Amino acid sequence: MNQSLIKEFEKVVGRDSLFSSEADRLSYSYDAAVLDPVLPALAVRPTSGEALGAVVRLCNENGLPLTVRGAGTNLSGGTIPKSQGVVVLTNALNRILEINPADMYAVVQPGVVTAKFAAAVEAKGLFYPPDPGSQAVSTLGGNVAENAGGLRGLKYGVTRDYVMGLNFFAASGDVVKTGSKTVKCVTGYNLAGLMVGSEGTLGVFNEITLKLIPAPASRRAMLAVFDDVSRASETVAAIIANRIIPATLEFMDQFTIRTVEDFSHVGLPVDAAALLLIEVDGHPAQVEEDAQKVEGLCLGMGAMGVRVAKDAAERDKVWEARRMALSALAKVKPTVVLEDATVPRSKIPQMVNALVEIAGRYELLIGTFGHAGDGNLHPTILTDRRNQEEWRRVERAIDDIFEKALELGGTLSGEHGIGLAKSRYLEKETSSGTIHYSRRIKAALDPNNILNPGKIIGEA
Amino acid sequence: MQDMHRLAGLMKELEEQMIVCMRCGMCQAVCPVFAETGRESDVARGKLALLDGLVREMFSDPRGVQDRLMRCLLCGSCAANCPSGVKVLDIFLKARAILAGYMGMHPLKQAVFRGMLSRPELFNRILQWGSRLQGFFVQPVDELLGTSCARFIPPLADRHLRPLAPVPFHRMSSNHSLPGGASGLKVAFFVGCVIDKVFPGVGESVLKVMKHHGVGVLVPDSQGCCGIPALSSGDQETFQRLVSINLRQFAAEPYDFLITACATCTSTIRKLWPAFTDGLSLEDQKLMDDMVGKTMDVTQFLVDRVGVVASEPAGGAEVVTYHDPCHLRKSLGVHTQPRDLLRASRNVRFTEMVGADQCCGCGGSFNLQHYELSKAIGKQKRDSIVQTNCSVVATGCPACMLQMTDMLSQAGDRVRVKHAVEVYAESLA
Repeated sequence: MNQSLIKEFEKVVGRDSLFSSEADRLSYSYDAAVLDPVLPALAVRPTSGEALGAVVRLCNENGLPLTVRGAGTNLSGGTIPKSQGVVVLTNALNRILEINPADMYAVVQPGVVTAKFAAAVEAKGLFYPPDPGSQAVSTLGGNVAENAGGLRGLKYGVTRDYVMGLNFFAASGDVVKTGSKTVKCVTGYNLAGLMVGSEGTLGVFNEITLKLIPAPASRRAMLAVFDDVSRASETVAAIIANRIIPATLEFMDQFTIRTVEDFSHVGLPVDAAALLLIEVDGHPAQVEEDAQKVEGLCLGMGAMGVRVAKDAAERDKVWEARRMALSALAKVKPTVVLEDATVPRSKIPQMVNALVEIAGRYELLIGTFGHAGDGNLHPTILTDRRNQEEWRRVERAIDDIFEKALELGGTLSGEHGIGLAKSRYLEKETSSGTIHYSRRIKAALDPNNILNPGKIIGEA
Repeated sequence: MQDMHRLAGLMKELEEQMIVCMRCGMCQAVCPVFAETGRESDVARGKLALLDGLVREMFSDPRGVQDRLMRCLLCGSCAANCPSGVKVLDIFLKARAILAGYMGMHPLKQAVFRGMLSRPELFNRILQWGSRLQGFFVQPVDELLGTSCARFIPPLADRHLRPLAPVPFHRMSSNHSLPGGASGLKVAFFVGCVIDKVFPGVGESVLKVMKHHGVGVLVPDSQGCCGIPALSSGDQETFQRLVSINLRQFAAEPYDFLITACATCTSTIRKLWPAFTDGLSLEDQKLMDDMVGKTMDVTQFLVDRVGVVASEPAGGAEVVTYHDPCHLRKSLGVHTQPRDLLRASRNVRFTEMVGADQCCGCGGSFNLQHYELSKAIGKQKRDSIVQTNCSVVATGCPACMLQMTDMLSQAGDRVRVKHAVEVYAESLA
């Protein structure tokens, strides 16, 4: 990038918030996806909404590709920039502008860290449920851009269900306002609906209005042990058929159970074929009743045993096992490919069996855990990317996983996004018409194609 | 470019350890430097990506990487929180050594490490002169905290320094050897530079406490620095020399445990001595295995081996809080014992601060090279301390003591900084 243009950016964001050296640019060349890094031309860290808007305008005027980066935890390559592009960091836009307990909403800047926000909300007796695995570092702007999910999707929904309104910059730098602080709002197009999950390709968020709900008064966690995967997933269906919607309903396969136990010795049953980790929440009386019903259902469906947490310490122990899953698996091999193909929950037994079969076919280690309640599994392939022959088998396995998920009426991605990693599969799930339609929207809203080009819909 | 190719070859040694990082970014949640700057190159994931860039020959000049690699407190918060178990400190220290070897070390650093630090007797003599002359250069600013301010030297001008002690610990306790008493235990005491030269009172407290519990103490003469300042600047040669000196100094008499009152010394001996000494003779290797295996923090020794127990309810009027040194808690997992020791101190009342395990921002030479950042991190620690309304903040590392003293003194707070063992020693009066 030429010096005069760099000077222009410097005028907007200030010298301390502009990174043009080789080393700094390299540190914004990747995210958490297993993809090759791409060195951007420049990174900037605006400290005000005005500066953010000015950066967008400057990029548009100069035809520079712009990739917004929160914490860079994206698992599908959505934060990998273009080689002549500008990385726009949001982590200096990290103020919670308002938490309104009376009207139960909050207004935040895009760089607020999810877990910090959830804690601030909790301190006021309210609840912001979306809890993606990266919540300790992920930003709310990134969560909205990816429509992030988490463990509580079944009962509480995902990020989409909490976005009440947005204030964002169009590619031109114009301010766009959509939605409201009110529960009801039908003023204008539902642009927030379009922006959620758009992965930075249609606009740059400046302020986000989020819905809050009352915190549940009581919680009860339990762990059910199964000697058969089908029985575990039939139990999931039975719980829901009995009109109980647990806040979390998590699944862990045998490989994951054994790996977690090997590393942490938390006392998991290594002979079990599957575990369900279940938590019900709500009014104490309701929780008491639901917990008893769920325990009875598990046993009735053939669980080998059910452990109900008696207190907070036991509850922590149940969730520790789940929290350990990814990190235990990650320690087995250098490269971890975390997928999130999702199926209707009734199809979980078929999906789990298919994953076992795919692991065998390509001689790969695949641990599967995830959100059984909403059919969002995380088959986790453990490999070493430097082994080219094995890596080719990994790529074929990923193809097969997607194919199976689609065959079962599922989707390519439950919560990680399409980004760069899955854009070539998009047509398989949708249609060529869908891609044309999406590209026409993109071309109309971003005529210079500066907003995170190449993501989701590829490049025409 | 040929040279970058050679550097890539050297860095390749680290590849097996670096590949473990899956770029998840969870280190951003705990890195004290990143919390201040928000820069990816300040957090472990960013630094690992930069080192990976050197392996892939993506740079024309390694200086940018080296500068960023030095912007790290080596506090180990990232490693303690890493889902994949990346051995971050091992990688960073090795990379610093490779880069220092490749690019050459700063001549001043080399002169200090090789000319002075690796010769303990000379180092002692020079600093003894320093302590006599320092009155000319510094002026007292806070009597309670015992701090001074530099009169003339601009780079140190803002700091509220703890001056060098008039009489260092090694002068008070030269070749000290107390016989074992009622406990039947004997310890060797590894003093460490900062306790010896700035906080000799901590050393005296250790001796007093050991005497009280009938523990024999051996304090070998001319013991050297643990080596961390050299190693963290990439000078593995001086580090190894210091390890050898110490191995000989501590081999003279038998002892049951080697104790230190410095978290950084303990962590360096236990974790870094075995990892960063190559080509030791069989005899030295045996000495080291023996010495490393016996090394522990003084509060850990008192609670786990001597059997000091917390007394509840605590009766004292003076409120004491505790700061976890990273090198005790994150590196060695020692955090209950110092608290037990404070609870066993009858004249004080122990209270937790918010974020007790958050780094104070000192980081040894980090404080010298990046004072503004170090201070910004230290201010948060100061705020947490003051919120407890304590009159004393205790800790287990003299480097943390220096940093907290500076921060509290600059803010004019009436809070004294002590080692946990000092608090306990005072309660034994």
